[in-house]
Amino acid sequence: MIIFGIPIQALLGQLMLGIVNGAFYAVLSLGLAIIFGVLKIVNFAHGAFFMLGAFTAFLLAQHLDANYWVVLFLAPLLVALVGMVFEWLFLRRLYGLDPIYGLLLTFSLVLVLEGGFRVAFGSSGQPFATPEWLSGTIDLGFMILPTYRGFVIVAALLACFATWYVIERTSLGASLRAATERPELTQAFGINVPRLVTLTYGAGVGLAAFAGVLAAPIFHVNPSMGSSLVITIFAIVVIGGLGSIKGAIITGLGLGVVEGFTRVFYSEFSSTIVFLIMVLVLMLRPAGLFGREEG
Amino acid sequence: MPAKNTLKTIALSSAVLSIGSVSSAMANDDYSDDLVRIGVLTDMSGIYSDLSGEAAVTAVEMAVEDFGGEVNGVPIEVIHGDHRNEADTGASRAREWYDSEGVDMINDLSNSGVALAVAAVADERERHAIVNSSSNVDLTNEYCSPYVTHYTYDAHSLAHGTGKSIVEDGGDSWFFLTVDFAFGIGLEEQVSEVVRDAGGQVVGAARHPLDTSDFSSYALQAQASQADIIGIASTGADAINAINALAEFGVTPDQQPAALLLWYDDIHSLGLETAQELLLTNAFYWDADDDTREFSERFHERTGRMPNMAHAGNYSSTMHYLNAIEAAGTDDSAAVSEKMREMEINDFFAEDGYIRPNGRMVHDQYLWEVKSPDESEYDYDYLDLVTTIPGEEAFQPLEESTCHLLDDE
Repeated sequence: MIIFGIPIQALLGQLMLGIVNGAFYAVLSLGLAIIFGVLKIVNFAHGAFFMLGAFTAFLLAQHLDANYWVVLFLAPLLVALVGMVFEWLFLRRLYGLDPIYGLLLTFSLVLVLEGGFRVAFGSSGQPFATPEWLSGTIDLGFMILPTYRGFVIVAALLACFATWYVIERTSLGASLRAATERPELTQAFGINVPRLVTLTYGAGVGLAAFAGVLAAPIFHVNPSMGSSLVITIFAIVVIGGLGSIKGAIITGLGLGVVEGFTRVFYSEFSSTIVFLIMVLVLMLRPAGLFGREEG
Repeated sequence: MPAKNTLKTIALSSAVLSIGSVSSAMANDDYSDDLVRIGVLTDMSGIYSDLSGEAAVTAVEMAVEDFGGEVNGVPIEVIHGDHRNEADTGASRAREWYDSEGVDMINDLSNSGVALAVAAVADERERHAIVNSSSNVDLTNEYCSPYVTHYTYDAHSLAHGTGKSIVEDGGDSWFFLTVDFAFGIGLEEQVSEVVRDAGGQVVGAARHPLDTSDFSSYALQAQASQADIIGIASTGADAINAINALAEFGVTPDQQPAALLLWYDDIHSLGLETAQELLLTNAFYWDADDDTREFSERFHERTGRMPNMAHAGNYSSTMHYLNAIEAAGTDDSAAVSEKMREMEINDFFAEDGYIRPNGRMVHDQYLWEVKSPDESEYDYDYLDLVTTIPGEEAFQPLEESTCHLLDDE
């Protein structure tokens, strides 16, 4: 069967790849959206924390012989700790200032982290083996899907759901939402808002690191692996609506698919399509697809 | 008579001073700034920093040290800079070095875009540039210059090494995964020509940006092409990611990947499990003979890694440049250029190597096959020699070169 001159197999194949990429986008943009929602900081270091997650996984597997499951949970926790220390030492001082300061500080962290890892590990990357039981392929009829990529979709969606659930359905999430809307009032109720803010940054950064661990077997662990992603992720968060949790997840997945289809019809345009959509959305709905207009 | 004595003293001292100034004028005539300064312009922080970068600087420094640190009594100095894989950054750094920092020769020049830009500056400023880690054949064709030497390898030698041997082995339909800039496109053109000349066909190509991490979509396109051979016209992290994606999506082993520029370092990153049986054309392998091992072990002591062909080329070409200065008795660019093209190169890197009038250094190239993990017996034991490609066959025949210098002859 042929649609618009393209065999249906090719279309379905790219759709599947789009969902895999969309799953990465969703986890990354979710972390970024949470951080922006609570801290009002544009976390440019998100891609660097993604890379840090992959490297932590690599180091744990290499030196401690840790198994994949341990790595998948331990690496994001360790990176989240690093993120919380960074928030506590540096980022905290910038709250209330123009967002450009936060952007500059986090961007400088990107340069330091990427440069440091390049000096220590070189630029050509370190191999990270796919866990044995996930290393086969699944024949979907229209394409051969590597089992690991299928696993990525499931793991990423679970992480997104868990995050959404914590924020929307638990008392911790309620305090968090309250602290976002009315920090002084929330503080007056006896909730430690600064600690909540640190935890939020840790959680956002942890999500980036989680995506990094998922990406490690696919993309080869190298210092610049996050820098090409971060711009796209920003665009996705803007399209979804700054700070909107639901928006980040749905837009992330959706744009992954749109990008996949673009590769079939006009490959050269695939790296630009997200930004074109961003421009259109900003013109028609400046607050983003799922954002609320502020009065 | 104090006045007379004073006069004598003044006359004597001015005579001494004038002799001094004559001798320093002589020195200035022969050696600009009384110093031979070599600049290593390389990728210190980007995607190619593993292939050249810091280790390329060390290779040049080793050559200078082994030469004795001075040539005909004039000290030699090495400086280095980062071109950040941007042609304009490379060109402006080269201009600054030649114009105000007294750099006589620029070496390494990874990234074809940068190398072409710097070659143009070198020609304009009449100073030397030696290209060791990029491949574009335009350097010895339309961009050729008496001051530019293309030393280690080029797209023609890669195409006539890896490309030709695969076509001869029966791989006659090709699909290319090409990195979208001067290097990849040039390499794709060269290999396509070899494939067509041998009666094979090129069924298509997909172009990807430099530093792409996700090759999944390209892997599916390669699969859909049903070509026997997937030619990978990229290098470093791009080639590694492409090979991994082809394996992951089950494109290999039904369709064979042909990595057109694979470096020794890339095999290290890929791991022998994935890289085994890949063919690669390299001008140098550390473990080829006693001489290569001797250099490589010294290099390893300083850098913690084995040298690749560009590092060895950096060393050898710096030595050749210094030998030419010694023979010419000056660092004047034209005189040195003449000597460089006159003198043969015989060292651990090249046997009976020579530089053609268009700047192409002609020396043997080697086709290697990557060992399987079982065949590899010690650290860095990665390659088996398949065949030696004589320099005259590996490089573009001189009569095909469009270099304007050849018209004058």
